[in-house]
Amino acid sequence: MTDVAAAAELAARAAYGRLVASLAARWRDVARAEDALGDALLAALETWPRTGVPDRPEAWLLTAARRRLVDGARHTTVTAAAEADLTLMLEERAEQEPSSVPDDRLALLFVCAHPAIDEAARTPLMLQTVLGLDAARIASAFLVAPATMSQRLVRVKARIREAGIRFEIPASPELAARLDAVLEAIYAAYGSGWEDVAGSDPRRRGLAEEAIWLGRLAARLLPDQPEAHGLLALMLYCEARRAARRDAAGAYVPLGQQDSGRWSRPMIEEAERILTGAARFKAAGRFQLEAAIQSVHAQRARTGDTDWQAVALLYEGLLRHAPTIGARVAHAAALGEVRDAEAGLAALDAIPPDDIATYQPYWALRGHLLTATGRATEAGDAYDRAIGLSEDPAVRAFLLARRA
Amino acid sequence: MRYTILVYETEAELAARTDPKRKDAYWGAYRAYTKALRDAGVMVGGAALEPPPAATTVRQRDGKRRVQDGPFAETKEQLGGFVMIDVPSLDKALEWAARCPSASTGAAEVRPNMPPPPGA
Repeated sequence: MTDVAAAAELAARAAYGRLVASLAARWRDVARAEDALGDALLAALETWPRTGVPDRPEAWLLTAARRRLVDGARHTTVTAAAEADLTLMLEERAEQEPSSVPDDRLALLFVCAHPAIDEAARTPLMLQTVLGLDAARIASAFLVAPATMSQRLVRVKARIREAGIRFEIPASPELAARLDAVLEAIYAAYGSGWEDVAGSDPRRRGLAEEAIWLGRLAARLLPDQPEAHGLLALMLYCEARRAARRDAAGAYVPLGQQDSGRWSRPMIEEAERILTGAARFKAAGRFQLEAAIQSVHAQRARTGDTDWQAVALLYEGLLRHAPTIGARVAHAAALGEVRDAEAGLAALDAIPPDDIATYQPYWALRGHLLTATGRATEAGDAYDRAIGLSEDPAVRAFLLARRA
Repeated sequence: MRYTILVYETEAELAARTDPKRKDAYWGAYRAYTKALRDAGVMVGGAALEPPPAATTVRQRDGKRRVQDGPFAETKEQLGGFVMIDVPSLDKALEWAARCPSASTGAAEVRPNMPPPPGA
């Protein structure tokens, strides 16, 4: 690719989410907004290498995409609602090229995580509409057949159009609950299919970078929402440890044995700054608590040990906000450290069996705690379950060695 | 829904089955995998297959019978075994395929079992 073509592609990609958001907000039709923008991008990649990248590439793309939408609308039956939009669109076209593209991405994030949209579809929809990721890449990250993922995305966009979901930022009584859904969808992209985020293979980054990008966007667009900052801090703390999760030979290293010298200092410092800023709002929530737990782990880089008492207390707080299986298992692990293995096992026993039948971290912890109490046979069974549920060969090898 | 996970293994992986240094890890991983399948209540059946040199392939063409030593096709990854599972959806079947020890060295192919045609 030539330099001009590369510059054209870069400019186009950087503008993607902002443009889809702006077009979809006006037309209330994500699928057609994406199609129109796709056509505009193709035209840009054809034209710009010849003419050079325009001064305001976003405005150029927006105008080209709007033209496609207006042309498309002429060829189809125009409903009364769309007619109004169409008029508006033609007016806007008349005012030449817009000088700046309004940022409707926040409204788009809320649409993607709308209660009327199936929870499993929210993160994929966000990744596609805001970041322009293709269905095949999203499918791999979420361990779904590519054809299935494409169908789901098509269906969910049809639902937005048919249900007439409004592109707007919810008013304050609703905002907190709706924001939770947005943040959860972003966090799901960070884990993308991995049950144990901390243990997953550092080479298989999944969509961690994309999720952090979305987290930064949400935090910037919602400066007064401490949970948005909490989520960003949480992801940065986890990301800071990525390099330390494998030793030189590629073997899995659990958190407690990681060389804290290999954690990213700048990332931890950024997370600390963000979390401290969020705490000033004095409104604790799930993501700030999770970030605070990671902050305690990060302290080991300075103090040399882990304050498990603080970790256990924070997990208790977290369980009041979000009693997820992951939090319950992690709380049991903390109890195992603060008190003894029996206390950890008692906490594990309290989790309903159906919830943990295929939850790998539960069985790995159970094997560890049973070993500590000297129940070798039961420990072996639990480790087998954990090994059989592991996807990552390094984690599998680590557990096989523990079991022996 | 029943799905079959076809497990394709590389030559090196198949050799691990009998390699004194690697066989414990190989069989330990598979024993654990089948235990997890059974404990989750999704296992219908399955088997590990003897390696490709143990295969004998039969073809009938134009009234002639041809019997050949070896697998039906020489490929880099060979069918090493299969697992049949009963799960609610393809998504769940893919989760189990991803946990298959050979998925990280060879491949795990998931196929829905075909229901018998009407009247069969």
